[in-house]
Amino acid sequence: MEAQIKFVLNDEIVECFENPALTLLDFIRKHKKLTGTKEVCREGDCGACAVIKGEINENKIIYKLINSCIYPIGNVNAKHIVTIEGLNQSEFTPIQQAFIDEAASQCGFCTPGFITALTCYLLSEEQYNYNTAVDAIAGNICRCTGYMSIRRSVNNLIDSVNANWSHKLSRIDNLVGLKIVPEYFRGIQNKLMEISTDVVKTIRLNEGKRIICGGTDLFVQHPDDLTDSENEYVSDSIASEITETETEIHIGANVSFEQFNRSDIIGLYFPGLHEYMHLIASLPIRNAASIAGNIVNASPIGDLSIFLLGINAKLILVNNKRQREINLKDFYKGYKSLDKSDDEYISKIIINKPSENFYFNFEKVSKRQHLDIATVNSAMSMTIEDEIVKEAHLSFGGVAPVPLYMAKLSKDILGRKIEPGLLQYVVDDSQNELAPISDIRGSKEYKSLLVKQIIKKHFNVLFPEVFTAEVIT
Amino acid sequence: MNNPDVNKHVRGESIFIDDISLPAETLHCAVLDSAFAHAGLVSINTNRAEKMNGVIAVLTSKDIPGENQIGGIIQDETLLAVDEVKYIGEPLAIVLADSITNARKAAAYIDVEYKKLPVITDAREACKNGSLIQQPTIFESGDIDKAWGECDFVYEGRVETGGQEHLYLETQCAVAYPKEEDKLLVLSSTQHPTAVQRAISRVLGIPMSNIEVDVLRLGGAFGGKEDQATHWAVLSALGAHITRKPVKLVLPRYQDIRVTGKRHPYSSDYKIGLKKNGKIIAFEVIYYQNAGACADLSPAVLERTLFHVTNSYFIPNVRATGISCKTNLVPNTAFRGFGGPQAMFVVESALHDAAEKSGISYQTIQKSNLIKDGELFHYGQTCENSNALKCWEEAERLYDFIQIKKNVDEFNQKNKLVKKGFSIMPVCFGISFTSSFLNQASALVHIYTDGSIGVSTAAVEMGQGVNTKIKTIVAEKFSVSSDRIKIESTNTTRIANSSATAASSGADLNGNAVLLSCSNILERLKKSAAEELVTEDKSEIEFADEFVFVNGKKTELTWTKLVQKSYMKRINLSSHSFYATPEIYFDRTINKGRPFAYHVYGTALIVVELDCILGRYKLDTVKIVHDFGKSLHPKVDIGQVEGGLLQGIGWMTMEEIIYSQEGRLLSNSLSTYKVPDIYFTPQNIEVNFLEESINKFGPFNSKAIGEPPLMYGIGVYFAIRNAMKAYKKNLVMDYSAPLTPEKVLMNLFM
Repeated sequence: MEAQIKFVLNDEIVECFENPALTLLDFIRKHKKLTGTKEVCREGDCGACAVIKGEINENKIIYKLINSCIYPIGNVNAKHIVTIEGLNQSEFTPIQQAFIDEAASQCGFCTPGFITALTCYLLSEEQYNYNTAVDAIAGNICRCTGYMSIRRSVNNLIDSVNANWSHKLSRIDNLVGLKIVPEYFRGIQNKLMEISTDVVKTIRLNEGKRIICGGTDLFVQHPDDLTDSENEYVSDSIASEITETETEIHIGANVSFEQFNRSDIIGLYFPGLHEYMHLIASLPIRNAASIAGNIVNASPIGDLSIFLLGINAKLILVNNKRQREINLKDFYKGYKSLDKSDDEYISKIIINKPSENFYFNFEKVSKRQHLDIATVNSAMSMTIEDEIVKEAHLSFGGVAPVPLYMAKLSKDILGRKIEPGLLQYVVDDSQNELAPISDIRGSKEYKSLLVKQIIKKHFNVLFPEVFTAEVIT
Repeated sequence: MNNPDVNKHVRGESIFIDDISLPAETLHCAVLDSAFAHAGLVSINTNRAEKMNGVIAVLTSKDIPGENQIGGIIQDETLLAVDEVKYIGEPLAIVLADSITNARKAAAYIDVEYKKLPVITDAREACKNGSLIQQPTIFESGDIDKAWGECDFVYEGRVETGGQEHLYLETQCAVAYPKEEDKLLVLSSTQHPTAVQRAISRVLGIPMSNIEVDVLRLGGAFGGKEDQATHWAVLSALGAHITRKPVKLVLPRYQDIRVTGKRHPYSSDYKIGLKKNGKIIAFEVIYYQNAGACADLSPAVLERTLFHVTNSYFIPNVRATGISCKTNLVPNTAFRGFGGPQAMFVVESALHDAAEKSGISYQTIQKSNLIKDGELFHYGQTCENSNALKCWEEAERLYDFIQIKKNVDEFNQKNKLVKKGFSIMPVCFGISFTSSFLNQASALVHIYTDGSIGVSTAAVEMGQGVNTKIKTIVAEKFSVSSDRIKIESTNTTRIANSSATAASSGADLNGNAVLLSCSNILERLKKSAAEELVTEDKSEIEFADEFVFVNGKKTELTWTKLVQKSYMKRINLSSHSFYATPEIYFDRTINKGRPFAYHVYGTALIVVELDCILGRYKLDTVKIVHDFGKSLHPKVDIGQVEGGLLQGIGWMTMEEIIYSQEGRLLSNSLSTYKVPDIYFTPQNIEVNFLEESINKFGPFNSKAIGEPPLMYGIGVYFAIRNAMKAYKKNLVMDYSAPLTPEKVLMNLFM
């Protein structure tokens, strides 16, 4: 089941014949003997294996950070992959120097991942500041430094890059001039153009083969199954977009979490979007994970599934005979069981454009606030007219075998007035639809309590003048 | 001087064991470990596995040529299980194959028949059943039974602390190369090369001298590779010894977490008695240590617990009982602090409890009991150069406790849903291995004819910067550029009979040994320089900035020239020297003595912020005054404080080890065991050096740094509790760490 794969690794065109389920990390470390990229967790939770992935989009290379330990080589066709070896120059890069100056590396095992992540940040962001630079390395775990020296390095780095940036020069001229990336980066675009024609893949979506977009959960849970089965790797072949009609927003199935996060269309209707997404995975995971993947994976705590359930999203399912529309809330039948036949796949996700009196909030509670799997997550949306609930959707993750749409509650609160008494009603009613179990993420009593507390939080955030601190305590 | 290792780290060019380029014939080793926490081992059948693709050999206990025993302190740990398995993760067999994929695949085809036996995971239950690692140990001072009568207040309570996964980023690993005859070279990611060498010798039945263990650097350890690295190095050595091929063993993360020991969970009972003025008169405590299935380092860890019963406080009457309980969990082991943090959490809980119940403020009790010079620690050592109160008062002066407390109160007045909490955490930590004999080290310094310098010690570099410190010592002593100095790998052939790089002692012991070697060579070079410069008195000779000075005047004679000339005169340019910490002893028959060369002190102020609706918290402020002595390398030392602090905070907050009743680890991956990330750092952090701290035991008056800062993290527990109390005035809560968001919310609302 090997497949032809062609891409640019650092400054070299690589052509190989590999099982597409081979992880990029194993290819880099074991086949190419580039050992600067480290293996630590093999589940995308630490960033030690982070590499930079570049691809051409509208005549520009877009660079993104990915975790190579859960990234299949079947998805790297026609891409530029950059490891720490591909960043090293005769002198230290300003990022490397900033780490040296602050002793921001102790045992050193995590360090290449941090350097790579920060380089990718400088390659990809329009503007640089301390906070967004920290966000860019938030998926990198360091067990030695306590991060303070890393924070100091980042602070110094951003100041110096901003001070030395010439607005007259192009980005690549700046980056090469400041020695952030080596000279060869200038020639990558041509190299990618050159090989792109060689690697046109025929994608067959409706033959019942498993379709792999980002694979960020599958490669954690079932790496060996993937090696032994035939799958369709689509992330390097199908570009997906978020588009709008007059009344709807259409999200392509292969849209990544980070695309969703950065979408102007989504951002317009969900002003708190970045705050919610900040709690959802690390940047390299958000870069790879797809929305459709999150939905079909059917994890009871899938963050985007809960988000989309809370706004009553619809799916378009396709096979070679027909296309049908289904509400996401009707898609989940039981634990990991879906209203989807083997030959069907999600082609897009549709959400109705919210009206003016639309209220939405998303909450997620986990043991560690960031880069953790939710204990309980929840979304709530409401349309209010004259203080009366006209439409409501409430979802909870982690309290049932499926991402839970609170069907009864969402209906029960229709026609009710937004007044302090409503809160207790919703809190009490919510407990009827839950079936939490005790597990590693918390006891069932805790999860039930969290549901009550999150409801209070939703109301406090959305209607602070009605559900004041006094009302919710 | 910057840490030279960092230059390689940032380029990804530092070589770790998994990065080494190996000969093509190298075999890859997979380990099959026990699926049950307690079971009879009826049979192990390797037939199917042996026939799998690429498999060269499958080895079980029957294939061990020497003794099937790797126990360090107590001989109770087999290399490969024989009749019984005692924890999930206990190694049963190894597969050697041409690739790691083939080896791991084949391991699944080893057929093991188990007969399940009852499982104990709880320390107190083990104690009740008489399942102990060794007889209980008691440390006692004063007359505790009489002392209770003198107290105005007496309180009792129970305290729990959880385990902690080291989560060194580099998993356990080793490569063993067969050499001529039955000799071996073993590269191991260990803090204790001699322990590896000794265990291999025993298991293979070959002399220690035939085994060379070499350690270049570790990708983190934190105590997790002091004793626990041995198992994997010995298994790879066994494979190489039998197949006569190089054998590489790298544990995958999921297995590393499952099979390796962690920080010991403790369950403790205390009784504390105080006077109305807050003076503590008596403290009694029983520690139930959950040791796991084998002794490993548990007796030593427990002993350090008993040394740190009173943290920074002077308590005249103490009785502390330590019980090491044998359970069906992975053998727990060393972890930064080595039993000290567990003891300190108990005494702080007792003080906090006494404060709440007596109405005296927690901070008043803390401050008024800080140990002073001349007072006795409960193990008989007289307190000298105490910096306990100095650190507290300096912190008070620099950070204005009263103002910070006022700000917290004002914030809490204004905010109903978010509350801040405040605490102060003093730390006093004894420096030296508590087994006095381990406080020895040797160093080997060579000066080559081009003036470059090679330095070998027993210190293992694991990120803590010990090599940088040793380099600083050599550069300072010889007054040469640090570029001349190479710190060699840690190697049992160059440095024999070494102690582990542990107990925060790496720079002290090895630095002092290096100083002796440098002094020896320097004396010879001074004599040689005196001859060259025709000066009668060699005491007038000095070295500065690579030149020889006479009576303070620079001469033409450079370091390199002098070295060359000395070589031609057949002067010895190498020195091997030996250091043993003076003045220390400890009598285990009475548990009294002077076990520590000195103590490290410090005080941390902590403010946290709590979301009282969702139970989440964040760290607002941590401000520390720490007693570094005269720091050898301020940047390295600050890094140790910040890193230790966050690790301690992790232990107190989100790092939760959970086992099922069957003894199965549930927090078994990075997605279920969470360590602090970059967002969890304190928003404000400040670390100040205590001025004028002297220490004749540390090289150039420095003090050990590795472990003490971890215990500042304990203050975060009490700060969160303080914030909870601001939300819920009548809060009643057990003293149990970690204080996860779950515990916070359940205690606020249930």
